[in-house]
Amino acid sequence: MTTATEPPRQTIAQRLLRSPVVDLLLGPHGVDRYLELIHPRLTVSDARAEVVAVRRQTPRSVTLTLRPNRAFGDIRAGQFVRVGVEIDGVRRTRTYSPAGSEHARRRELELTVTEHPGGLVSPYLIRHARPGMLLHLSEGLGEFTLPLPRPPRVVLISGGSGITPVLAMLRTLADEDADGEHSFLHFARTETDWLYEDDVRGLSAGATVAYRATRGRRPARLDADMLGRVDEETWAAVCGPPALIDAARRAWSERHGRPEQLLAETFTPARLTVSGEAAEGTLRFLRSDARAAIAAGTLLEQAEAAGLAPAFGCRMGICRTCTCRKTAGAVRNVRTGEVSDEEDEDIQLCVSVPAGDVALQL
Amino acid sequence: MKPPTHPTLSLEQIEALGDELDELRGRLIADLGERDADYIRNVIKAQRALEIGGRTLLFAGWLPPAWLGGTAALALSKILDNMEIGHNVMHGQYDWMKDPALDSKEFEWDTACPGDQWRHSHNYVHHTHTNVLGKDRDIGYGILRMSEEQPWRKRDIGNPVYATLLALLFQWGVAAHDLEVERIEAGEITLEDKRDILRAVWEKGRRQVLKDYVVFPLLAGPGAPFVLAGNATANLTRNLWSFMIIFCGHFPAGVEEFTEEEVESETRGGWYVRQMLGSANLTGGRLFHLLSGNLSHQIEHHLFPDIPAHRYGEIAVQVRDICERYGLPYNTGPLHKQFGSVVKKIVRLALPGSGDNEPEAVAPVTSTGVEVRPELAVAA
Repeated sequence: MTTATEPPRQTIAQRLLRSPVVDLLLGPHGVDRYLELIHPRLTVSDARAEVVAVRRQTPRSVTLTLRPNRAFGDIRAGQFVRVGVEIDGVRRTRTYSPAGSEHARRRELELTVTEHPGGLVSPYLIRHARPGMLLHLSEGLGEFTLPLPRPPRVVLISGGSGITPVLAMLRTLADEDADGEHSFLHFARTETDWLYEDDVRGLSAGATVAYRATRGRRPARLDADMLGRVDEETWAAVCGPPALIDAARRAWSERHGRPEQLLAETFTPARLTVSGEAAEGTLRFLRSDARAAIAAGTLLEQAEAAGLAPAFGCRMGICRTCTCRKTAGAVRNVRTGEVSDEEDEDIQLCVSVPAGDVALQL
Repeated sequence: MKPPTHPTLSLEQIEALGDELDELRGRLIADLGERDADYIRNVIKAQRALEIGGRTLLFAGWLPPAWLGGTAALALSKILDNMEIGHNVMHGQYDWMKDPALDSKEFEWDTACPGDQWRHSHNYVHHTHTNVLGKDRDIGYGILRMSEEQPWRKRDIGNPVYATLLALLFQWGVAAHDLEVERIEAGEITLEDKRDILRAVWEKGRRQVLKDYVVFPLLAGPGAPFVLAGNATANLTRNLWSFMIIFCGHFPAGVEEFTEEEVESETRGGWYVRQMLGSANLTGGRLFHLLSGNLSHQIEHHLFPDIPAHRYGEIAVQVRDICERYGLPYNTGPLHKQFGSVVKKIVRLALPGSGDNEPEAVAPVTSTGVEVRPELAVAA
């Protein structure tokens, strides 16, 4: 039984391309900036993938098969990756959990993107994804993974697009021919939104599978009876909107499951208060481990008022000395009036004001 | 310096001008997209192709056509890398793309000056304090006397010699910029204070020298001298070209300078006016603009340093129109004329005073004091 994939082996060519001499000769830009001109997937340090297959399971989703390059390392079932896609010249980065097994052949990744109403990236991918498209990848991230050794009883619960990480777990268990009881519960609005039903039912004879609709005449809700046998050797993972997580926690405790054996991950970001002039909320300065209530002034001024000393120059939006990574939250650029709530983007502190809670790498 | 021929502007006019430029900027930003991304990537492709092609040809450098072609390609590669790519990317012109390879804070260029030092001395010091005497260290780079307002010292007699040396070794001059030699000379700071700066220059410069003058020549085996000579010539060509273009940005006749008092209570509109009065353009064709990194549109660049530079040509008509409507000069001319006037200034300022028969700068005529600094700026 294989429990982890081998790290991709480096070829001699790759080792050569990563050597200090090549780095010197192709400096200061580095070897990837030349290799990508031959083919964007040839980079040795930047993880990238090419879309090799596209299928549409439901009207509101698209399922992509990706072939990553060798710069992309291992990923464990249940982990997520940040995926960058370029739309009108701008690289937009979103988080997706691959749905494939850890032991997938040819190290392929499978992503299912569900439409986010009013979103930018999900509608774009649903409409425009095609084989040959290039995507940028982070490494596999997150602790939402199957324990080792594999537990004898596994309950996998998901809501909506939260199906992908738990499906990755189920597929991994199936590839490993893992013994034991596996059950798989999925909730989605209506039958037309059910993802992967045939795949799941065809996976392994041993698993108990239930698909439920949360809308319609008899909306289904998660209750303790659905969990099957829960004892101290039962392990569960739930991924979905916060309400499903809460329901799963309640059901789990009703059945006296061990709290530490229920792993939960939610994918719905906390609501942002995107307001105009007077925002309310909290500024979090992650590196200094400090917080402050939002006050008047730019983020640079507010950081200084909180006792921090961020680098700055012109203080008028020209020189970009104060550029800082915003990990979460919404800010308004006072020069352009534009409000941006993307995760992990660089902003100019001296011309940005908070428009709700903001977390900065300061 | 001749007194300016343009009228002074009221504070309201200055604010109205600022609003017009802000609006123009807003329109440009809203329009940024795939076209700009494709543009910079195509320039990068061309640069990398010239670089690889040039270095490959130089391996056959014993054949005169290969040497000439290789050297020319490598020189063009370095010019594109430094001017249209490096300078502009490091300004944050492509930060909106969120491509880590085009991130202003991370980008490095193919020249001795470390990117971090450039970002400080150029993006912040020069672009914020443009043409303010005592603040903008680009006025003479701490070496040359480039303004009548800089008091003449005996050593300034060597002005043309220093300028020639700076032109020949320009990449090292730029690399030494943040060392602030003039302050070390004046005893304000010591070399010890600049330890980190020196170390960074050493690290970056060493790699540049190793690459161009040791490893690539060695790879050519018996052809080493040809590769070495080609690389040196390419670096020299880039040095002379960038010196010429950069010195035409702020030193041709008619470009104005400002004092610290004048800019004390400057508004955003006033800052725009200063950029327009303190910069000069170069006329030329598309290829010329590309090879100058679009610094030929110095006025537009100083107004919008973080807008992709290939857009400057497109907005030049509107900027010129604004200048005309507000009665401000729009200083432009062909390279030979503009650079000629820079050379004249360098030679003239080797001697005490302004060196010509014009009266000294006319004292600003104002009755309202510091508050009307923009008027002072226009009148200075």
